[in-house]
Amino acid sequence: MSRMEKRFPTKINLRRGKVDMTHGSGGRAMAQLIEEVFAKHFDNELLNQGNDQALFDAPKGRMVMSVDGHVVSPLFFPGGDIGSLSVHGTINDVAMSGARPLYLSAGFILEEGFPLADLEKIVISMAMAAKEAGVPVVTGDTKVVERGKGDGVFITTTGIGVVQDGLEISGANVRPGDAILISGHIGDHGVAIMSSRENLAFETEIVSDSAALHGLVADMVEAVPEIHALRDPTRGGLAATLNEIAYQAEVGMKLYEEQIPLRGEVDAACEFLGLDPLYVANEGKLVAFCPADKANTLLGIMQAHPLSTDAAIIGEVVEDDMGFVTMETGFGGTRIVDWLAGEQLPRIC
Amino acid sequence: MKYVDEFRDKDIAKKLAAEIAAEADPRRQYNLMEFCGGHTHAIFRYGVQDLMPENVHFVHGPGCPVCVLPIPRIDNAIELAEQGAIVCTYGDMMRVPASKKNSLIKAKAAGSDIRMVYSTQDALRIARENPEREVVFFAIGFETTTPPTAVSLKVAAAEKLKNFSVFCNHVLTPAAIQHILQSPEVRELGQVHIDGFYGPSHVSSIIGSAPYDYFADEFQKPVVIAGFEPLDVMQSTLMLIRQINAGDFRVENQYTRVVTPEGNEKAQNLVSEVFELRRAFEWRGLGEVPYSALKIKEAFADYDAERRFTLTESTGKDVKGCECPAILRGVKKPTDCKLFGTVCTPDNPQGSCMVSSEGSCAAYWSYGRFRLDIAKEKPLEAAQ
Repeated sequence: MSRMEKRFPTKINLRRGKVDMTHGSGGRAMAQLIEEVFAKHFDNELLNQGNDQALFDAPKGRMVMSVDGHVVSPLFFPGGDIGSLSVHGTINDVAMSGARPLYLSAGFILEEGFPLADLEKIVISMAMAAKEAGVPVVTGDTKVVERGKGDGVFITTTGIGVVQDGLEISGANVRPGDAILISGHIGDHGVAIMSSRENLAFETEIVSDSAALHGLVADMVEAVPEIHALRDPTRGGLAATLNEIAYQAEVGMKLYEEQIPLRGEVDAACEFLGLDPLYVANEGKLVAFCPADKANTLLGIMQAHPLSTDAAIIGEVVEDDMGFVTMETGFGGTRIVDWLAGEQLPRIC
Repeated sequence: MKYVDEFRDKDIAKKLAAEIAAEADPRRQYNLMEFCGGHTHAIFRYGVQDLMPENVHFVHGPGCPVCVLPIPRIDNAIELAEQGAIVCTYGDMMRVPASKKNSLIKAKAAGSDIRMVYSTQDALRIARENPEREVVFFAIGFETTTPPTAVSLKVAAAEKLKNFSVFCNHVLTPAAIQHILQSPEVRELGQVHIDGFYGPSHVSSIIGSAPYDYFADEFQKPVVIAGFEPLDVMQSTLMLIRQINAGDFRVENQYTRVVTPEGNEKAQNLVSEVFELRRAFEWRGLGEVPYSALKIKEAFADYDAERRFTLTESTGKDVKGCECPAILRGVKKPTDCKLFGTVCTPDNPQGSCMVSSEGSCAAYWSYGRFRLDIAKEKPLEAAQ
């Protein structure tokens, strides 16, 4: 029997307690928060080593690493919260290389006064998302900033993964003639977030599409290892992602508006707010580029996966030294789908 | 989406395009000015131009609410914020260039308390939540946005909100259209040839179609009040072409599902209860236009930021080389401006027309620049 004295005579008050400066001070209060909130829920072998780092064997092959900071407002929204989002977002960034994600780290910046009950809710949500994805949070960090210097909680997650031999997935590999596929309806996440913002509150049944896509990616690369590029169209929506890749690969793209999956409710909300759904964020979708002769195979594989039953071929890559992404509109005209300038704003008049 | 998709139907568009092509006289040019930024936006976003014959030209007018506000007024809004007030405004206003390369968004980054709001109700809420701070609503826009501002003033008065005021910059559409038609460029010099107008859509839902009767008659130009959907624009084009071909100059209403001859009398009464005409107001691009804007009535003087605060008379001018003034009058096209697409882009706007998606430069750039060889079409004067 250990003679170590009990570190924390009373449990942390997770019902009514609030984050205070001692939770980031390096003292006993911080150790207690880590033990009774973070370690308790993230619970896994590597984390439980109890060190400032996680120690594991490096797998064979090429590794990828990606980091993502999460500052979403509101913290809780229909279909998710900042916790699950911070797990899905980084897993997806890792997976878009074709990789199998292995481990995550999580850095928390907490604002003084933030309710511990909300923090625990967020941590539970992260732990569940990580468990479901099979990608554990193996190391972490907590800092506390004074009231007014944060927005409740900011979470930064880093992920690492391993890419199997034979895959060469990069935005730079996209070639004229490639087919452009999307895994499902666009704009769900952004509209769900907007519907729950205080000053824009409107009623909708749309929920965020936040999801980890590495399972889908695994199916896709197994069936069509010739995939040239994958990317998740998050901030800036589909439009931003396509422009990034057009620039990276020095190609143009041509889209067909009528082929782009869009829910009626999302379309209506965007119409109402004066927004263009092409620029609205997604958190559980991916865009894929593959040689045209593989497009139907890839589409079939995607439609067979529960996260992408509504996948569609939405356009093609063309030669264009200006790098324009153009779209044949549902109306029969043509327009550019440009980078987003500033923030997307509701129209006035 | 019901009540929307019907107005974006490809097959109807094709039929209308065929009718327009059949009725447009190939021996002449049709220069049609859309007053409203909403029309400009629809034309570009849906690619309506691609469905038009070559001799039908859209001339983009001054009806973009943030584009027409002159720099001194934006300087004043920044000044209010620098004096310590919370300045609330619609999002589009944030990036519009002010003097000395400043803008509301830059002033905000430099420490001023400037907040983007979606409605006047948000501004009132901010005032209630910050009783120790002055809260100014930077009110802009045409007749469409005026009634909500009137409501905010009435609510503030009823609640005796001591810290709320409105910096009023509401402007009037008919006065501006008339001013364009009276300008020497149109009347005497013939630099701008306008054969007809698409009348405002949302604005007309408030003021009705009757206010356009005068200038259709006086200037002998047809006006078709047109909805903001792409099929509205196409149908209105056909109606304008028919009038032009027949030598008619009537006010016609294509947007009958919303606009009546009298307009929304309730909104009109609300506006006249709170606002009165200014003798003159400066518009970017048009200069001083008589009786073209509203100010707050004496009865609501306590809530008028212009009376409540001392504002410096700014002499801020547009960036050198910026053609926004001429573009807003329809004298030049965005592509005629040397700054267009070089130093002036939506990410780095030098002039107001490059900011809002309703501004013609931003619309040209964001939706249409892949066909710049078409956009660089013959200048208007050569098109006659």
